[in-house]
Amino acid sequence: MAEKIMKPEEMANVNHTPPLLSGWMHRPVEIKSGIYCYPAKPASLEYVSFPHAREWSPMDEDWKLPPNWKEIILEGLRERLERFRSLKIFMDICVRCGACADKCHFFIGGGDPRNMPVLRAELLRSVYRKEFTTAGKLMGEIAGARELTVDVLKEWWYYFFQCTECRRCSLFCPYGIDTAEITIVARELLNLLGLNIDWIATPVANCYRTGNHLGIQPHAFKDMIDFFLDDIEDITGIRMEPSLNRKGAEILFVTPSGDVFADPGTYTCMGYIILFHYLQSLGFDLTWSTFASEGGNFGYFTSHEMAKRLNAKMYAEAKRLGVKWILGGECGHMWRVINQYMDTFNGPADFLEEPVSPITGTKFENAKTTKMVHITEFTADLIKNNKLKLDASRNDNLKVTFHDSCNPARAMGLLEEPRYIIRNTCNHFYEMPDNTIREQTFCCGSGAGLNAGENMELRLRGGLPRANAVKYVHEKFGVNMLSCVCAIDRAVFPALMEYWVPEVGVTGVHELVGNALILEGEKKRETNLRGEPLPGMEEEKDV
Amino acid sequence: MKLEELLLERASQVLKRWTDLIFDSYPADARRFLRKQEDPFANPVGSAFSREIETFYREFIGPANPEKLSAALETVIRIRSVQEFSASGAVRFLFLLKKIIREETSKEVRGNRISQDELLALESRLDDAALAGFDLYMKCKEKVYEIRAGEARSQVSGLLRRAGLISEVPAWDSEGKKSTLG
Repeated sequence: MAEKIMKPEEMANVNHTPPLLSGWMHRPVEIKSGIYCYPAKPASLEYVSFPHAREWSPMDEDWKLPPNWKEIILEGLRERLERFRSLKIFMDICVRCGACADKCHFFIGGGDPRNMPVLRAELLRSVYRKEFTTAGKLMGEIAGARELTVDVLKEWWYYFFQCTECRRCSLFCPYGIDTAEITIVARELLNLLGLNIDWIATPVANCYRTGNHLGIQPHAFKDMIDFFLDDIEDITGIRMEPSLNRKGAEILFVTPSGDVFADPGTYTCMGYIILFHYLQSLGFDLTWSTFASEGGNFGYFTSHEMAKRLNAKMYAEAKRLGVKWILGGECGHMWRVINQYMDTFNGPADFLEEPVSPITGTKFENAKTTKMVHITEFTADLIKNNKLKLDASRNDNLKVTFHDSCNPARAMGLLEEPRYIIRNTCNHFYEMPDNTIREQTFCCGSGAGLNAGENMELRLRGGLPRANAVKYVHEKFGVNMLSCVCAIDRAVFPALMEYWVPEVGVTGVHELVGNALILEGEKKRETNLRGEPLPGMEEEKDV
Repeated sequence: MKLEELLLERASQVLKRWTDLIFDSYPADARRFLRKQEDPFANPVGSAFSREIETFYREFIGPANPEKLSAALETVIRIRSVQEFSASGAVRFLFLLKKIIREETSKEVRGNRISQDELLALESRLDDAALAGFDLYMKCKEKVYEIRAGEARSQVSGLLRRAGLISEVPAWDSEGKKSTLG
């Protein structure tokens, strides 16, 4: 099931109806609570020298814009059209065929036409036409052009923070227009006026200062790891000794801070620790870092420059510690940045070596330039080479399905490895319907910095298509666990499931690995990493 | 002829009109998509509405299974609770059925083939269903806020506990001894 990947010609043969796109230019935006995220705190913007930091409210008429705001935006757009050939092409070539229109989870779940990717892009494109094309200048609205006004700016802010940059729409575009790039540039332009959201701006400032989104300092990071070690010792009887900031280690491990600090990601983190301990006796030499303590990159949701600044710490720390290559944890957008940007942002990483698994000798040729390997690639290779002793029955209480996180699936083609691991660590695995997984996966509805709390209605409607597919496998096969390889997924799916399919829990793939791994010298395991009795151990735990 | 029989006989046209009116509560582009796309995974909202509206109608008109009736209503309202609607907008679709039934049965009522009392009794039941709809809407909204609050609470309390900044009361068993499982 679900092994079939659509061919390009099949993709192009998508049944669609051109959207009406009528009347929208004259309908002013209505900003609603439950949908928008709180604006950025001035201190967070100032910390990274972002311009026009101020207190303002989206619900106020006056957004306290600088007097020359229009000039700033148009100049910003002009610069970006010159810098990014892709943007210029995306602005020019859309024929409004509508193939993307019904592919966005926010449109599917909410029904707001401005969330059709084609129309969301038109919000920017209409201004581009007016200012940068002859037809738009001469014919105005007839040519789909419109003036940039404060209302247009408000509309941009409201709707470009209703796009999770998941790129599902791009998959269906016959021209390959990447709507995420349009959102990225639109957010950059808004950022020039201090119009960001706090759920993005504060993690960015934190990450710039302490190395992770939550602002966790090195000693607290170590405390958290120690806390996991206590729990792991209770469960396995083994005291593990991971290294932190150790110079001369062969491999540096970087994972999203959500794995260290937010349930249920913490259980995934325990899974990593257990796996690394298991491999130690086989010659595995890895260190964590309390400085490069964030794999995620919320800077990517503000500007290319900020993304580059935050990303720089990975190579800097690898250089400082003198490692050979970098292993990366389960994360979503982290991998789009690494796979598609890091090499040009901060490379070439010529001080690192082409990653080779010290256990199996496998060369990760796909990571030849970035020198950074995804942990599911690494673990799948270990399993394939029979290097792990696994007892899948320890996960027998779980009926698992797998959500392809948008960026690993669509930005790096990571489709088989997580599934291979799940199939080897669980006995009950069920796929969701074909048009909701792999390249066509539906977003969690909270990516690209939209995992705040105040926009819960938006998150729940955006996550509906994903939850609907989970509900289907829950009802058909009794699925009770949704697995994923993304820290934002792990943070937001519990809320999504609670609303739409409350019987289903959320796990990372390496939590399943941690449960199934048979460790040398371990005590008889009675509970899983969550402290719940293992299948068949329920009574013993009750005594 | 009884009203119930007539309405079941005309179920397909009533349902067609009713779902059309429900889809009309969305903007034009969304309306076309909700109606046309039949794949339940590509169009979870439209397909759930078509399916659940029919279940609701058949249960409501025919011999009712209260659980099925309520589940169908809840599925529709759960979706509309997180969409662009006000509270009244989210449950308005139930009152639309009243209008359709009146129009569909007007000839029979005028010709006394269906009694006015029977129609009024059905409308009263529909009013009750609409009130249940409001309750479901509130239940869904409360759930949204509960999830919001829970998410904020778990983010903060987990960090405080793990940072060792709070000292929790230990769990005690029934004999007053400190529980080892706590």
